[in-house]
Amino acid sequence: MLSDNDRIFTNLYGMNDRSLKGAQRRGHWDETGRLMKKGRDWIIDEIKASGLRGRGGAGFPTGLKWSFMPKESDGRPSYLVINADESEPGTCKDREIMRHDPHTLIEGCLMAAFAMGANSGYIYIRGEFIRERETLQNAIDEAYEAGLLGNNAAKSGWDFDLYLHHGAGAYICGEETALLESLEGKKGMPRMKPPFPAGAGLYGCPTTVNNVESIAVVPTILRRGSGWFKSFGRENNAGTKLFAISGHVNNPCVVEEAMSIPLRELLDRHCGGVRGGWKNLKAVIPGGSSVPCLSGENCEDVIMDFDYLRDQRSGLGTAAVIVMDQSTDIIKAIWRLSKFYKHESCGQCTPCREGTGWMMRVMERLVNGSAKVEEIDMLLDVTKQVEGHTICALGDAAAWPIQGLIRNFRDEIEDRIKAKDSLSSGIAAE
Amino acid sequence: MLRRLHHDQPDSFSFTKENLTWAKNQIKKYPKGREASAIIPLLWRAQEQEGWLTRPAIEYVSQMLDMAFIRALEVASFYFMFQLQPVGGVAHVQVCGTTSCMICGSEELAEICKKYISPNQLELSENGKFSWEEVECLGACSNAPMVQIGKDYYEDLNPSKLLNILEEFENGRIPPPGPQNERFAAEPASGLTTLKEFKNEKLRNNASVDLAVTLKDTVTWLGVSKSKSKSKKQEN
Repeated sequence: MLSDNDRIFTNLYGMNDRSLKGAQRRGHWDETGRLMKKGRDWIIDEIKASGLRGRGGAGFPTGLKWSFMPKESDGRPSYLVINADESEPGTCKDREIMRHDPHTLIEGCLMAAFAMGANSGYIYIRGEFIRERETLQNAIDEAYEAGLLGNNAAKSGWDFDLYLHHGAGAYICGEETALLESLEGKKGMPRMKPPFPAGAGLYGCPTTVNNVESIAVVPTILRRGSGWFKSFGRENNAGTKLFAISGHVNNPCVVEEAMSIPLRELLDRHCGGVRGGWKNLKAVIPGGSSVPCLSGENCEDVIMDFDYLRDQRSGLGTAAVIVMDQSTDIIKAIWRLSKFYKHESCGQCTPCREGTGWMMRVMERLVNGSAKVEEIDMLLDVTKQVEGHTICALGDAAAWPIQGLIRNFRDEIEDRIKAKDSLSSGIAAE
Repeated sequence: MLRRLHHDQPDSFSFTKENLTWAKNQIKKYPKGREASAIIPLLWRAQEQEGWLTRPAIEYVSQMLDMAFIRALEVASFYFMFQLQPVGGVAHVQVCGTTSCMICGSEELAEICKKYISPNQLELSENGKFSWEEVECLGACSNAPMVQIGKDYYEDLNPSKLLNILEEFENGRIPPPGPQNERFAAEPASGLTTLKEFKNEKLRNNASVDLAVTLKDTVTWLGVSKSKSKSKKQEN
């Protein structure tokens, strides 16, 4: 098990002093300026060497992403934008960082902005997180007052202004280009890529969009060294990670653990195990609503990291683990996700706008058993037509949970249809 | 999803002096010529002032930001947190209904709202004090099921706890938000499995609850006195 000495978010639950002084006592903002004086290239190389992969779901190497930013400005400013629009169902980790350990994020913003040559940064927090916004703003104010932001921030010689911006309830704004549109004051509709944000992002300027957790771990990596971070997790899946566990465990929680921790260990050690015991496990969605579910019987050896879960045709996503026990109507649980995606489709691309509604309606028929058995394959076919045919990944995200359901629980869907059939034919016979 | 402006609109809107100062400071966060960026925060403040987002408010904000009305209307109708019709004068209850909350009992919470408030979503209760709706994931899944009322999350709920909370609001009190099962935040309910040495027994509330009980502004349009310090902090 990861020891507390190796945890980055030592105030994850907010039970310790949440002020700047408290953060400094826990080791944050320690010699920030001196570390930055080692230079942009050193920071990017350290982050690359640490093996940090983006914590927002896609798992793209963070250091590599930063290196796409222009080395020299062509007259346009560069921007750092933090994606704090945490809205993926099941995911509730960034909220804990922002309200309870906000200085990890603020310090990370300064270091990351310096590494990519940005003098301004925006944090885009979801609109519903009102108290989190207030807490984070208070922390930013504290940092300004202490000279850790603004001109010559933290005596680094770098000028950096950090602004907090909020959304108003649109899941799609978690997609990086939709987020930029929203930040520019428009509807959150994703942009075509290319150009990628590193070439033309916010206000047409070079921009990097990073998840909260990806940035908040940066100062500790730089202080303790890339080798330390890399020592956790399997090859190519380095580091510590916040896991958010919800659903049918005895004690749902958010916890920081080493990457590649076995699922069963994660649930048993921190969550008091599956409600009713391990054998009562029906299904797990291991990485937030967008990734296909795993059936309980295949969960015994599951390891929680990017590569293992990808090989199981699922994904680590945001490491939001939704646990479902045998009492769960799994078809209905996935239908609810279909309803979510239908609600959140921005309407820009036809396959997604029409497809999400279509898929939800067929899922409804599967839930109450009124569909025909052939409709299962028809639904699967439609998911394939939506997947990969839209500007952003929301279409894919709507398709995958259904594909996972059919792959793992086809028998149950068929049984329900047959049961309904025999019931209605029984009534007809009378 | 089709969202239209309400049929019955007030004649005019303007920010209070305090909100106007705040709004002007918000606009300064963005580069010159990019004032439109401030539209969501400004519309949100207008909604906080009025309880819901009126057409005159959208017009007022669009003029303030030098935007065409249609651009502002697009934003107002795209983002679901903007209430385009009047909501409960005391409290608008938003029940998270997405999968994590659903499998932990959010449908029972919705039943309470149907009985106590109104059978239909976004419809005022008979006394006009309440309204409710089912919303998508609010990002507090480890504390499921939960609802948002005003600025705050009421977490780790069950039907009887939600009923008590509604009755408190009905009687003009703001019940303390946060986990309703003695939990502090998102730690395991049975006790800490990590970070035991980082526990300071003196802290009574998590960061969100702390702000709520200090500022007492969970619902802003209750007529509860607004804290001065709040507007100062938000100016940056």
